[in-house]
Amino acid sequence: MQVSFEVNGNSVSVEVEPRMTLADCLRHVLRLTGTHLGCEHGVCGACTILVDGAAVRACLMLAVQAEGSKVVTIEGLSNDEALTPLQASFRRHHALQCGFCTPGMIITAHALLSEEPDADADRIREVLSGNLCRCTGYISIVEAVLDARSAYRKPAP
Amino acid sequence: MKLPAFEYACPATLAEAVALLAAGDGDAKVLAGGQSLVPMMAFRVASPALLVDLRKLAGLRRIEITDAGVRLGAMARWRDIEDDARLDAAHPLLKAAVAEVAHYQIRNRGTVGGSIAHADPAAEMPGIAVTCDAEIAVVGRAGPRVIDAGDFFVAPLTTALAADEIIVEIRLPAWPAARRWAFKEFSRRRGDFAMAGTALFYDVDGGGRAHNAHVGAIGVGDRPQRLAAAEAAINGAAVDMVTSERAGAAASAAVTPQSDIHASAAYRKALLGTLVERALQSACA
Repeated sequence: MQVSFEVNGNSVSVEVEPRMTLADCLRHVLRLTGTHLGCEHGVCGACTILVDGAAVRACLMLAVQAEGSKVVTIEGLSNDEALTPLQASFRRHHALQCGFCTPGMIITAHALLSEEPDADADRIREVLSGNLCRCTGYISIVEAVLDARSAYRKPAP
Repeated sequence: MKLPAFEYACPATLAEAVALLAAGDGDAKVLAGGQSLVPMMAFRVASPALLVDLRKLAGLRRIEITDAGVRLGAMARWRDIEDDARLDAAHPLLKAAVAEVAHYQIRNRGTVGGSIAHADPAAEMPGIAVTCDAEIAVVGRAGPRVIDAGDFFVAPLTTALAADEIIVEIRLPAWPAARRWAFKEFSRRRGDFAMAGTALFYDVDGGGRAHNAHVGAIGVGDRPQRLAAAEAAINGAAVDMVTSERAGAAASAAVTPQSDIHASAAYRKALLGTLVERALQSACA
């Protein structure tokens, strides 16, 4: 089936089988391999992407369901070589070890802070409960997200 | 785990969707949010020949609040309920239960109708539907019909829905402002399915005595259930520590859960009693 949507600001039109997940379409058809696939059944959160602004699991969405949507992957968070404040905060706090879960962590945290820039540690933990880190570096991940909040707060008018 | 092959249709009208399901002859399935169906397909627990995607049926995503109660469109997502401030007063028990549903990313896609149709015995929404005497409005080849939540859930992952029927709306009766209520569940990791849970409410008369008690339980049987023995322990009593303990014990005695890798039957039974007791203490506080 032909399916058209927007990925990181670019319109794409791809030919996929209905059974292809959006995650596989991003990785194998569009070659955006920053979206990682861990469990492929909606448990680990590694494949989290933004669809129309909301964080979703790309392994639980079919590519054909993305028709007409705006998709943002980890590659789309930064337009140039520089790290975003959230990414820089992950580096500063040593919030990644093997790095496999990191794209999902960053997309999820980005979605949260975009809507709730004042989220406290409990709220961050609650939201990140859908993302597994098997290096178990949760403490530094939460600290990195907490520290990145200032970058998401709108300047006072 | 890649999904088994299937055909995909995305109809623009409900009538078209029903016709596609009817033509599928039991081998077609509705795709709502896909947060349960897609993993089931990944595991080959389900391998329908046709998926009928309801995403174009925007009318099914409405949340309507009237004097008669709350009507949740089948395609309303957990996130829609979470974000709807009107529901804080219109149905606080629903709101509290939905806050416990799955994880952040799942809540952005998962739907009310999908959860009801999936009928996981530990899921929150079927528990709310049964506890609150909800009506489930469906439409099929033979036209629309309304099924009482109490008759809807038949067994794990099995409902009264015919193969050509689609859930359109969940109707929850009106919620009096003074009603006492609580929702409690326990899972080891936040967002996971509960090992046991309870949704309960009762009304209080002028003399401070409870009536119209509804006590629902999830995760302790093959479907969500009301616990008449626990309700009887509440009705006519002033809800206090003693009543809470009695109702908790009655709830625990009334269920026959199964053991599985998450918890033993005995543990689930004890857990439910504790949760009902705590729920009542928080409801009367």
